[in-house]
Amino acid sequence: MYDKTVRRRRAVLGLLVASSLILLTVYFGESAGGGLHSVQRGVLDVVSPVQEGASRALKPVRDLFGWAGDTLDAKGQLKDVRKERDNLRAELVETQAKLRDSAQLNGLDQLNRGPAGLSDNAPVRARVIAKDPNLWFDQVTIDKGSGSGIERNQAVVNGQGLVGRVTEVTGSTAIVTLITNHTTQIGAKVSDSGVQGLVGVEAGHPTDLVLDDLSSKDVVTRGQIVVTAGTTSKVDRFPSPYPRDIPIGRVTGVENLGTDDQKAHVAPFADLRGIDLVEVLTKRDEPGK
Amino acid sequence: MRIAVPQLILRLAIVGVLVVLLQVSAITQIELFGTNADLVPLVIAAVGLLAGSVPGACFGFFVGLFLDLALVQTVGLSSLVYVGIGYGAGRFRELRDPQGALVPLAVGAAATALGTIGYSLMQFLLGVDAPVSFLLARDLLATILLNAIIATPVYAAVRRILLPALPEDPRRRRRRAYTTGGLSPLSRA
Repeated sequence: MYDKTVRRRRAVLGLLVASSLILLTVYFGESAGGGLHSVQRGVLDVVSPVQEGASRALKPVRDLFGWAGDTLDAKGQLKDVRKERDNLRAELVETQAKLRDSAQLNGLDQLNRGPAGLSDNAPVRARVIAKDPNLWFDQVTIDKGSGSGIERNQAVVNGQGLVGRVTEVTGSTAIVTLITNHTTQIGAKVSDSGVQGLVGVEAGHPTDLVLDDLSSKDVVTRGQIVVTAGTTSKVDRFPSPYPRDIPIGRVTGVENLGTDDQKAHVAPFADLRGIDLVEVLTKRDEPGK
Repeated sequence: MRIAVPQLILRLAIVGVLVVLLQVSAITQIELFGTNADLVPLVIAAVGLLAGSVPGACFGFFVGLFLDLALVQTVGLSSLVYVGIGYGAGRFRELRDPQGALVPLAVGAAATALGTIGYSLMQFLLGVDAPVSFLLARDLLATILLNAIIATPVYAAVRRILLPALPEDPRRRRRRAYTTGGLSPLSRA
């Protein structure tokens, strides 16, 4: 009885395996129009509508799983995308900083090669490392100090124009008081007409410079450029800390026109809140320049 | 002992057709963990475990044939692989009479591994020009793991469908053996 069962089982297995191999062989041996291929096409014709119906009926199930899968995938992708975004943002910040530095360096180079000829004033390039956080914003700290030849009362410029002067120095840093500080008094002149005056800050308007000390005969008009006058006194005891012809700003308006009290409002060229790179002019103008 | 053979064949035919349609129409379109589940080897293994080696092998053969015809694949290839799965699962039941709750899981994983690796091997032998890549190995592993997870509920579903037509349900047999004191034909008489 047992032997019969075993024999039957083995016979069935052998038959099934042999059938599979025969089917395989026949399928490979026949052409595309052969019997098995025809049967396959017939089955496909019968099964296709059923498959289509089943596919439609099961669509909600697929959608449910698809939604769950997509949600899981999306969570994973969100993490990757956030990481990529952070990297790109860091790269963007770095690139923007480089662009800003590049623009400022270009400005400084132009200033050095321009009418002011600041290359003769031994400029020392420095980076702003701290800024005055208050509303008046009148000083910054730079990363060069006495070790780089910086001393008090040296003029500081950036690519746009005059920034301020050094008021405190340590070995490796220096404090630059900006031209918007209320103590500022700069010997200045109107670039094209040569009208001279003093540039200071109007009380209550720390970002608005004023060209003062003008006579009633001086003609100053809107749009004129104001630059430093340099040392105008023939007495060597009072040299100006600012070399001549450094751009300060542009005249935006004139008050009390034609009187001895007339004064011109000047918008500074230098964006004092956005400065990163500056140059400290460590050497004053040669006498007689 | 009466064996409801026509009823069993009918139920197996229904299960076979349903599983192929379900697999082709829905399961292959549901992606989980970057792969698809494959119900066919799980159901064949479950049939082998429940009904024995000969019904398991026959079921594997016809399901494989139906799958090959429906999917316009190389006829006989799936049959050959699934005959082995059904027969192996059935022999495992006949020789070991496994009782553990994790048996369907282990058998399902083994059946899936045998099915996927066997099918891939046959394809390579028949000249399919595809590189054996890390991606392929990863997909095989993922399918085996996913099938192992769903093997137990699939087994339970197949058992529920086949139970009324099974000649001897293993659980009923064990329960009877426990109450009568053994599996001897004498004690069952």
